[in-house]
Amino acid sequence: MLIVSCPNCGITAEETEFHAHGEAHITRHAVGSSDDQMETYLFMRKNPKGVHFERWRHQYGCGKWFHMARCTMTLEVFGTYSAQTYSPPDDLLARIDARRPGWREAT
Amino acid sequence: MSDPVSALNNAHYGAGIAEVSELGAVGMITLRGDINTRGVQKGAVDVAGVKMPAPLHCVTDGSAGIAWMSPDELLIMCNYADVAKKLETLRGKTAKVHALAVNVSDARAVFELRGPHAREVLAKVAPVDLARDQFKSGMFRRTRIAQVPAAFWMPEEDVIRMVCFRSVAQYVFDVLSVASQPGSEVGYI
Repeated sequence: MLIVSCPNCGITAEETEFHAHGEAHITRHAVGSSDDQMETYLFMRKNPKGVHFERWRHQYGCGKWFHMARCTMTLEVFGTYSAQTYSPPDDLLARIDARRPGWREAT
Repeated sequence: MSDPVSALNNAHYGAGIAEVSELGAVGMITLRGDINTRGVQKGAVDVAGVKMPAPLHCVTDGSAGIAWMSPDELLIMCNYADVAKKLETLRGKTAKVHALAVNVSDARAVFELRGPHAREVLAKVAPVDLARDQFKSGMFRRTRIAQVPAAFWMPEEDVIRMVCFRSVAQYVFDVLSVASQPGSEVGYI
């Protein structure tokens, strides 16, 4: 079971209070994009064994969206961060580097 | 005018280790906006008649109260009969700021758990640490009760009040009744 901290309201709770909504930081190709880009946006998802960035929502709590970095193998939660960003914060990436050396090459 | 009828019409279960009661019609106003701005806070405080709560907390005084629901939402509680007037006042006071106030009284049901085992009953159905040194009077927690969303707070020790959607009132009452059935003390909290 994941223990998740919501960066919006500050509650730390177990995962049943939250809901996962898939991979984060996907570029939304829209009008004017090629078929390949559209396919990538709609269907192409990473399925890593290891570090994964996801969108989550505090479903039963404050109702806000946020991002989470976790390990799909050990279920370790590296951290959560604001939904209003295009990429993970540097301090979180540094924390993951320390916990999982070489993860960037693996994904 | 017709009388307001709450979801379960003051249903009560008193045969178990804690008393479960539906509290009848309670006035509730949802206020959304930037609740850190003075304009929104002042409107809420003036209408509710209690102080502004800290994040994750609520301030209640009898039937009056303000609860912190999320970073952009407050729940104002009052007597059912006063809602229309208070809503009008609140809309007037927040007219110049970006905020939205809606009467949600009839969309909700309010329950009370009372007795020395009230914490224990709630701990069976909510994923929240209800130890006496963790969940204290004045805190306000939005979470789930078994399978449905709800929020609760403790106006005083051994008394827990709970808000849920009206459509799931019967479910919440049944869940709490089962969780408080005679002989079901856990003895942990």
